[in-house]
Amino acid sequence: MNEPSIDLDAACVDFPIFDAKTRSLKKSVLGRAGGRIGTEAKVPIIEALRDITIALRKGDRVALVGHNGAGKSTLLRLMSGIYEPTRGRAAVRGKVAPIFDLAVGMDPEISGLENIIIRGLFLGMTRKEMEARVDDIAEFTELGDYLSMPLRTYSTGMRVRLALGVVTSIDPEILLLDEGIGAVDAEFLAKARDRLNELVERSGILVFASHSDEFLADLCDTAIWMEHGTIREFGPLRDVLHHYKGRDVLADHPVHGLHKPAHEDAAS
Amino acid sequence: MDDSTAGRARPVIADAPGSRSWARAFGDLRQGWQQRALWGHLGWQDIKQRYRRSVLGPLWISISMGVIALGLGLLYSLLFQVPLAEFLPHVAVGLLIWNFVSGCILEGSEVFIANEGLIKFLPAPLSLHVYRLVWRQTLFFLHNMVIWVILMIVFPHPLGWSLLLAIPAFALLAINGGWIAILSGILATRFRDIPPIIGSVVQLVFYLTPIVWSVDFLSNNPGVQERARLVELNPVFHFLEILRRPLLGQETVWRYWYVVLAITVVGWAVGLVCMRNYRARVAYWV
Repeated sequence: MNEPSIDLDAACVDFPIFDAKTRSLKKSVLGRAGGRIGTEAKVPIIEALRDITIALRKGDRVALVGHNGAGKSTLLRLMSGIYEPTRGRAAVRGKVAPIFDLAVGMDPEISGLENIIIRGLFLGMTRKEMEARVDDIAEFTELGDYLSMPLRTYSTGMRVRLALGVVTSIDPEILLLDEGIGAVDAEFLAKARDRLNELVERSGILVFASHSDEFLADLCDTAIWMEHGTIREFGPLRDVLHHYKGRDVLADHPVHGLHKPAHEDAAS
Repeated sequence: MDDSTAGRARPVIADAPGSRSWARAFGDLRQGWQQRALWGHLGWQDIKQRYRRSVLGPLWISISMGVIALGLGLLYSLLFQVPLAEFLPHVAVGLLIWNFVSGCILEGSEVFIANEGLIKFLPAPLSLHVYRLVWRQTLFFLHNMVIWVILMIVFPHPLGWSLLLAIPAFALLAINGGWIAILSGILATRFRDIPPIIGSVVQLVFYLTPIVWSVDFLSNNPGVQERARLVELNPVFHFLEILRRPLLGQETVWRYWYVVLAITVVGWAVGLVCMRNYRARVAYWV
């Protein structure tokens, strides 16, 4: 049995920035006839991620922190296989379940139930497998009769419930969460937290990008601090958050996770 | 190190080991095929979506097609003074096939651009979107076949065993739809001027292809007899003929099949090379 793993080795993600001029054929065709014009022949590049080297193994529960534009979402997409590194290597083994954008892959015109099945199909399940899980998901999401309503009638929080219900039911090995699951109420979040903890305990790796220290403390034990597309620091969640925020934000936060950080035990 | 973060201009180098390999290109096509439950469902969804809340639903596909075929058939049979019983089936079946071919080409160039959200947010093989497109066009075509059935009842044709050739002929059309969507889809994602170019070329090709006119009528006219033969240079003509002839009970001309087979092989070779080299770039380009 292969255990899930994420291995990034000096991985870079460079985005070419095509403006209207460079993206069009005119440039390539006419440009060739007229010869190269200085630097205009080059496409500007944004290095979204640079020299990312990291190895994650089963049981790792990693928080991604950093300022807007630091590369958190891009790193998650690199881990999910959406972006293949432009330089370096990325090897991801295991069934990946991403929750990045809740609207994508969901059809607002069809019912919640149908959306559950489509989501599952996108994540590599078969129709039969999804039909077997529908009741379980319905129960978890607590949406009841709403599941037969078109998705456009749902609130953001209800959509989050649906998306979380699907990914946690399909036994993914690698769960990648981008911020945005904050829209659910506290009670449901507690339930989701238990389920996510169970899931990670059972089989996998969790990487969670968020600006909420509480969520992160609930679900993660280690953290990656991203800055300007590179890893600034990788270590225990509390230490990294301490350095990132400049103060020990988790000093009096109860630790929910199954793995208590070592320093927490020492303190008590 | 801080100066190198954003906006630094460098040429694009995609030298990630493994990204540009045949294994990954074929792997993408295979994985996509394995997810046929998904694109099968999405293809249906696309059709239902278009006719949601309308009373007749997808029947509108057949009706609107039928109206156009009837109108054009009437118009041109009057203009060219040919019997309607002969010309209407010719126009209608030609339009059916043309709709499939042009649908694959036109939507093919938009296939990745239109699915930008899915490509950026859900990891899935690129070929998934191509299969979905060809499947959707196939469903449109099957809806439109109702018109052919009606025509065959109204204007009986001597259909023989050669009618069975329609099945491999359509399969060849669908297989070619695959490489066209991959090739034009990837090119159009990189160069956004491609879709309008393809749009105007397709419109031109419609008139160059004997759909609302017929090669046979021209062949009887000694003045343009020679020029009419130039239609053989139009690749769409061959695709049209391999499917239209069995559907109208005309004799099989194998020359058209050879041309189509050759285009299939060459087209897929080019499509696969494109897939191998630029598959991993599409997520960056959309």
